[in-house]
Amino acid sequence: MGLHYQRRKLANYIALGVSVASAVFGIFFLFWILKDVFTFGFAALNADFFTQVPAPPGEAGGGMANAILGTLTITVLATAFGVPAGILAGTYLSEYGRKSKTASVVRFVSDILVSAPSIVIGVFVYAIVVKPFGGFSALAGALALAIIMLPVVIRTAEEMLKLVPDSTREAALALGAPHWKVTVSVVYRGALRGIVTGVMLAVARVSGETAPLLFTSFNNSFWNFNLTEPTATLTVTIFNYAMGPYEDWHQMAWGAALLITAMVLLVTIISRIIVRGRAG
Amino acid sequence: MRDKFTIKDLHFWYGEKEALKGISLAMKEKEVTALIGPSGCGKTTFLRCLNRMHDLYPGNRYEGEILLDGKNLLEKGLDLIKLRSRVGMVFQKPTPFPMSMYDNIAFGLKLMGVKSKSEITGRVEKALKDSALWDEIKDRLHEPALSLSGGQQQRLCIARAVAVEPDVILMDEPCSALDPVATAKIEDLMTDLKQNYTVVIVTHNMQQAARVSQYTGFFMLGEVIEFDTTEKIFTAPSNKLTEDYITGRFG
Repeated sequence: MGLHYQRRKLANYIALGVSVASAVFGIFFLFWILKDVFTFGFAALNADFFTQVPAPPGEAGGGMANAILGTLTITVLATAFGVPAGILAGTYLSEYGRKSKTASVVRFVSDILVSAPSIVIGVFVYAIVVKPFGGFSALAGALALAIIMLPVVIRTAEEMLKLVPDSTREAALALGAPHWKVTVSVVYRGALRGIVTGVMLAVARVSGETAPLLFTSFNNSFWNFNLTEPTATLTVTIFNYAMGPYEDWHQMAWGAALLITAMVLLVTIISRIIVRGRAG
Repeated sequence: MRDKFTIKDLHFWYGEKEALKGISLAMKEKEVTALIGPSGCGKTTFLRCLNRMHDLYPGNRYEGEILLDGKNLLEKGLDLIKLRSRVGMVFQKPTPFPMSMYDNIAFGLKLMGVKSKSEITGRVEKALKDSALWDEIKDRLHEPALSLSGGQQQRLCIARAVAVEPDVILMDEPCSALDPVATAKIEDLMTDLKQNYTVVIVTHNMQQAARVSQYTGFFMLGEVIEFDTTEKIFTAPSNKLTEDYITGRFG
């Protein structure tokens, strides 16, 4: 027994050691990235960064106010397009379609959409919106992000609605409630927190997207308050500035990287707080 | 007492599987009828026919007649919403809605179209008093129903069912998830409910059937083996199978 037992113990230590090492490996790079983003980013942040538009190439100063506004606008619009459609589709899957043929097709397609590269979705929106309507726009950008959000919201909504036990639905129906009323008044209420969390995570995810915006909202060095015009975003600006030849552009890109990271972090933390409220 | 439910040769299929094989019996108004039998005998299936709960899932099929006050519930085009507001149901596990205790009971009232706030408040209070829950929760009606204990949740569900003043209350093993104290409270409640409602209860607990019911039906393998007064079933059953089951020789 002794030898056998020793071997099992050894195998256990090896497994533990390898998994800890892997975790440390992942976390190490995460912290490295965060450290660089914070140290280089903070240096770039000042009042101008939040209030001014970019300075012409080669000139010092300027800021990212237009890109901040652009990112917020496009993210909010994408949420407005993607979330209602996603929640309703999730409702169909969980409350109506269930095991039907249509439902399984919808599920399958949405699973494919999750793994579609975001640049493909950017090119798709370029083809169906940008090209026919003659130009880059915030609306096209928002549409691309909404399509990326859609499958995430559909699956989260479905999963969260499914967590509401069938016995609760039956109890409401047994009181003489019509199906829609059971869904709206009882099931949604039970799944609300989970759905909100899923939506927040989807928002966090798309707010960091760059590729689909390159083909849709493009970029803009000036203020733009027209949704049908090219619009600057933090992510596309980071892409352009980081590739640019000027040192102060690189600085601004770091600042923008810090800002977008902080925004994503904030959204994630809020969703965590919501989840905790649910556990308590 | 007149018959509330009259069931004539009821068959029921889950897809291909015949779960009820020709049930015929009559249940008296304002009495408690208990349905007993080993697991899988069809008693819950039968209970769920009485408010057509099976219609929620595809592939289920009924045959025969279920008469409620003489009207066949299996008729085509029957208004299920109306039926379910007349035939309430309490489930095995408590099923509070994810909302406040007050809103749980107000839910059914609002469905029925009761709009006046004062009437809702009055009927919520009455339902909670009828379910012997009022004194325990009257100071925290607006807290989540899920914060109640299991026994309290089950009484809240009973209150929710009686608040809409149905004719019949179906109970599917309402005490199986509860401790003996909570069970005793609910059994007392059934006896009170019988004043105003027809109660049908499925139970695995023979003593419970004997304590609360006036009539008992013994089910086995999708058939009614014996249906009679509870007294007769428990003291002088006419069928050997019934006797073996209630004396604990099988099941």
